[in-house]
Amino acid sequence: MADKKTLTFSIMDAPYENGRTVTAMRLIDIAARRGYDITVFAYEGAAALSFAKQEPHANAVHGRDLAEEDHPVPREWVAALIKTAEAHGGKLDWINCGLCVDERGVAEAVPGTRRGSPADLWKAAESSDCTLIIGAK
Amino acid sequence: MAKYMLIAARDPIESREAEKYCLLAADLKREGNDVTLFLVQNAVLGARKGAAAGALGKLAGAGVEVLADSFSLRERGIPTQRLAAGVRVAELDVVIDHMAEGRKVIWN
Repeated sequence: MADKKTLTFSIMDAPYENGRTVTAMRLIDIAARRGYDITVFAYEGAAALSFAKQEPHANAVHGRDLAEEDHPVPREWVAALIKTAEAHGGKLDWINCGLCVDERGVAEAVPGTRRGSPADLWKAAESSDCTLIIGAK
Repeated sequence: MAKYMLIAARDPIESREAEKYCLLAADLKREGNDVTLFLVQNAVLGARKGAAAGALGKLAGAGVEVLADSFSLRERGIPTQRLAAGVRVAELDVVIDHMAEGRKVIWN
């Protein structure tokens, strides 16, 4: 792939907190569908996005069972993005900040993600065509 | 000359940061840079005709390209005909285009 690009994203928001997470996922999805090599550095609350024990729930208040509620869980989005990148000839290296993971007790992450440090973000930025930092404020 | 993609996600009514961000875009353009301001999430609320005198008004005449995310507009029920002059509807893909091009991309 002659025009294969390498992009890095840094995200900070915890699951279900802000629309920035959805926009970040949309951006990563577009890059994945182009077959780009992508690094995502998830730190602070975003380290919980790939937590494997997230579970969808029913909604008794609205009278909806589990299937009807179809509650989204970010771990499924992360897993889907990794598969999408692979299917299009690229790769998604999803790195969770280790200290952030330990602080939140979210070490059990979906397959394909790994633990890292801010040094990994620096290395990825150094070797990328572009890096987008999406802060929480 | 550098090329910048400035992404704005905040409602300009809710935060004065949005106005400062527009001033940054205008200043970068005035210094001879190529500047695109991409509005996403609640930032598209400032792209409506009635709101254009606010933060986006700072860009009047500056020559900054202003784009509004189509998905964010649809989510908020803002039709294209309600947009202020100079604002164009765009897909989020444009951000990835600019990143792939190696532009300096900033999020606020």
